[in-house]
Amino acid sequence: MALLARRNLFHDRIRFAVTLTGIVFALVLIIIQFGLFLGFTTTTSNNIDNSHADLWIVFQGVGYFDTSREFSERKFYQVLATPGVQQAEKYMQGFANWKRPDGRMENIQIIGFHPGGGLGEPWNLVEGNVQDAKNEDAVIVDDVYKEKLGVAKIGDRVEIGRRRARVVGFTHGIRSFTTSPFVYTTFKNSLNYTNPKSQEGDLSYILVKAAPGILPAQLKQNLLERVTDVDIYTTAEFSQRTRFYWMFTTGAGLAVLTAALMGLIVGIAVVAQTIYAATMDHIREYGTLKAIGATNAYLYRVLIEQAIWSAVLGYILAMLIAHFIVQGSEKGGAVILMPPAMQIGMFFLAIFMCITAALVSINKVTRLDPAMVFKG
Amino acid sequence: MDSLQSRKTVIRTQGLTKIYNEGPSQFRALSDVDLQIHSAQLTLLMGPSGSGKTTLLSILGCILRASAGRLELLGEDVTALPEKELPRIRRETIGFVFQGFNLFPTLTALENVVLAMDVRGVRGDSARKRAEQLLVEVGLQDRMRAFPADISGGQKQRVAIARALAGDPPILLADEPTAALDSTSGRAVIELLQRLAHHHQRAVVMVTHDPRVLSYGDRILHLEDGCLEREELRPLGPAARPAFPSISAAANCSEGSVVEF
Repeated sequence: MALLARRNLFHDRIRFAVTLTGIVFALVLIIIQFGLFLGFTTTTSNNIDNSHADLWIVFQGVGYFDTSREFSERKFYQVLATPGVQQAEKYMQGFANWKRPDGRMENIQIIGFHPGGGLGEPWNLVEGNVQDAKNEDAVIVDDVYKEKLGVAKIGDRVEIGRRRARVVGFTHGIRSFTTSPFVYTTFKNSLNYTNPKSQEGDLSYILVKAAPGILPAQLKQNLLERVTDVDIYTTAEFSQRTRFYWMFTTGAGLAVLTAALMGLIVGIAVVAQTIYAATMDHIREYGTLKAIGATNAYLYRVLIEQAIWSAVLGYILAMLIAHFIVQGSEKGGAVILMPPAMQIGMFFLAIFMCITAALVSINKVTRLDPAMVFKG
Repeated sequence: MDSLQSRKTVIRTQGLTKIYNEGPSQFRALSDVDLQIHSAQLTLLMGPSGSGKTTLLSILGCILRASAGRLELLGEDVTALPEKELPRIRRETIGFVFQGFNLFPTLTALENVVLAMDVRGVRGDSARKRAEQLLVEVGLQDRMRAFPADISGGQKQRVAIARALAGDPPILLADEPTAALDSTSGRAVIELLQRLAHHHQRAVVMVTHDPRVLSYGDRILHLEDGCLEREELRPLGPAARPAFPSISAAANCSEGSVVEF
């Protein structure tokens, strides 16, 4: 049985290559589409997910990260005075113009944080130090956007909103979902860059760390009782709201989601067609097997073993190709993510798709016309 | 010389009828066929195309179910057996030989026979040894490792016969096993089938159009329009058996002519 399953697969190498190509194509398509989807969703909320905060306090009605409304510094002190708050930091986000050294303008998204506070800081620094951001006019950008922003090294000077800025560090892999790269700077600088006329104390968000032993949900309740005209979310809630906003209320999100689902459907169809065709190529042989006394269970085992071989080999090749593509995407603006959970999931999806497709064709075998085996 | 007393009835049919539904109309492929097939006999099923030979063979082989009538194999009424029981009957009782050989092209001659053992749950060394023994019996000791694509038609049919014998079945059903073979290969195959009938006490039922094999049959059943028209019995013993005719001689026989013994 095992011998027949393997020989039917491997004996005709060209046919096997065609089968494998179909499976690999389908798997790579699904991996890329879902990787883009994951990359997209992760990108929309990466500043929240990497904030190390337990709670995000926003102006009432602000539902997601990229839109914000400033509120008074007084609320910051109300938060600090609330029992159960271990740490609170002011946080700012807003849009500004970046003037490259060559004079070209780019839109950027300014993130204002408190260096050294540990909340809302940039991460994955590959050059420079977060503490360097304390220096006047210092900014940290991501190395993916070096070319877009016209900078190449630490010390490069640019203008943001007609004010000077100097690059003091580079992160790696912090992408913006919008076309505007994130630029990290101190909270104070961020106010100057985004809205020089704003009150010195105005802020977009307050990031809160709960004291040890205090549950974020409990602290959230305490804060809601003390601080008015704000919405308070746990980091997970705010992240989810932001992802949901971009995913389901914008055309871009729906396009990525639709592409991912289409990738899945097309991938399944390709695998089904490939495995079905490979099985039907041997339909007469399966008919003969049945005629000489093989049970349907025997036929199932042969076809399922073939399906598993196809799935495993297809998966290995698809993962190799996908890893190259994912690595390549790290240098581009649109990241493709392939976390371990997705890799494991793809393995089981490959097995499931191949076995399902084989079982569909088995239907043909089990209802075999006896004339098929008797005709010369 | 064989005696009728030493023969057992291994297949018995009563009123065997098969009707195919073709849309609103029906086609009666077999009508009330009453039949007894005995062990140690080579029985030829003859008749023009569409006369119901393959349908009858399919029903005898438990691949196709009759619309009406009764079928007994080795005394067991298999007519009403549930579908899941039929593979067991085919494994234990019947060996099939097909006109197109139906060998697995990706397996060697030996592996083709081993596969038939595997279907019967016989695996490992015992399966391999038994398969080798069967291939030696059909004269293929030198071609065991060859793939079907690398052997002649006659050799393929002998592999198919060895495979059919994997379960040591008392009944062999052959569908035009010599039709695709030249005269030399055809003779080798029919002589092998005859030997399996006479020396191994098997019932061999063979559908054929091939006039070259008529002289080898112990019994000839003529089907026409799904009905068993007539039956001929031939004298037993090798002396009564004419040589396998050459292709040119066979070509002189008009189609459907009956050889008189």
